[in-house]
Amino acid sequence: MKVRFKLNGKWVEVDAKPNEILLDTLRLKLGARSVKRGCETAECGACTVLLDGKPVYSCTILTPMVEGREVITVDYLAETGEIQPLMEAFAEHGAVQCGFCTPGFILTAYAFLKQNPRPSEWEVRKAVEGNLCRCTGYQKIIEAILDAAERMRKSNGNK
Amino acid sequence: MYYLLPDFRFVKPETLREAFRELETEGAAPIAGGTDLVIDMKVGRRKPDKLVYIAHLPELNGIRDAGDSIVIGAVTKLQSIVDSELLRKHAPVLPEAVNEMASWQIRNIATIGGNLGNASPAADTAPPLYVLNAKVVIKGLGTERVMPVREFFVGPKKNALRKGELIQAIIVPKVAGEGVGMSYVKIGRRQAFTLSIVSVATLVKVEGNEIVDARVALNAVAPTPVRAPHVEEALKGSKATAEVVMKAAEEVLKDISPISDVRASKEYRRLLSVALTRESLLTSLRRAGVKVEV
Repeated sequence: MKVRFKLNGKWVEVDAKPNEILLDTLRLKLGARSVKRGCETAECGACTVLLDGKPVYSCTILTPMVEGREVITVDYLAETGEIQPLMEAFAEHGAVQCGFCTPGFILTAYAFLKQNPRPSEWEVRKAVEGNLCRCTGYQKIIEAILDAAERMRKSNGNK
Repeated sequence: MYYLLPDFRFVKPETLREAFRELETEGAAPIAGGTDLVIDMKVGRRKPDKLVYIAHLPELNGIRDAGDSIVIGAVTKLQSIVDSELLRKHAPVLPEAVNEMASWQIRNIATIGGNLGNASPAADTAPPLYVLNAKVVIKGLGTERVMPVREFFVGPKKNALRKGELIQAIIVPKVAGEGVGMSYVKIGRRQAFTLSIVSVATLVKVEGNEIVDARVALNAVAPTPVRAPHVEEALKGSKATAEVVMKAAEEVLKDISPISDVRASKEYRRLLSVALTRESLLTSLRRAGVKVEV
């Protein structure tokens, strides 16, 4: 069946099977390889994308469910520069080791900081509870997100 | 691709009426957020022939002020419930509980109707909805019936829906106010993103120093989520003190029949049920304005 949705700012149309998951449509048909295949059962967060601005797991969303909606992946936000402070903070804090979970973490953190620019540590931990990292032990990721929040506030004139 | 989904048809009806027509077919199942259903299909627990998408239907969506109650559409996202000022003000135990469910990614797409419809004994929306005396509005083609949420759960993974029916909405009475306190406590295998081993919601109403109403509900300790009438009876008409709560909480063992499973043993669930009932009741009393010292 034909499914039309906005991907990273452009409308796309794919011929999807009814039982096709968004993760497969994005990776195999649309080349969005930043969306990672992890557990495939809505546990790990590696397949996180933004759907109408909110983080969701693309492994349990059927592609026909996104008809007419907007999907954003991490590479697009890297291109627009919107996640520059997050990318820098992740690199400087050593919040990336193998990197497989990183796109999911960055997307969740980006959506979260947009709605809560001045979060507490606990709020950050709560926001990323649906993203698993098997390398870092989380501490560096939490520190990086808190630091990125500060960088974003500074570049927005410390609002 | 480790998990393969079975073949099925996917239809997106234009109207609620059309959705009911589609649901009359043998093997049809509704899908909204899909966070439970898609996994059930991946692991082979369910194999519907046709999925009827309902998450986009406006008649089923949104949180609305209806005077002395709040109406929550079945496909309202869990995160919308957490963020609802209306619910936080008038029925705060529901957003409090839903905020502990799953993860942000799941709460952004999973729906309250889906959580009820799956009828898991561990459904986390059940304890708060039970103590709020919430009702379910069930619609079919030309039919409508309303029942208490606790009658909607009829067994493990079994709900009261008949073929072709959908949950349209949940009606939550506005109960918060002077002398009313409510709270929710959940224990899982870890703090974040976890299923309940046991969770408890309580609601108390206090006049002077007397408990005039008490409601207690638990999940994951019986074939369906349950109210705890023995605890409630031990509290009603008693003084609002820690001693009364300590004693009443022990009564919960008469109201539950836990089993051992992959998450915990039945013995542990019994201990937890008493401890969490006690903790939640003390918090509810404090929130009702009572100074309770332990």
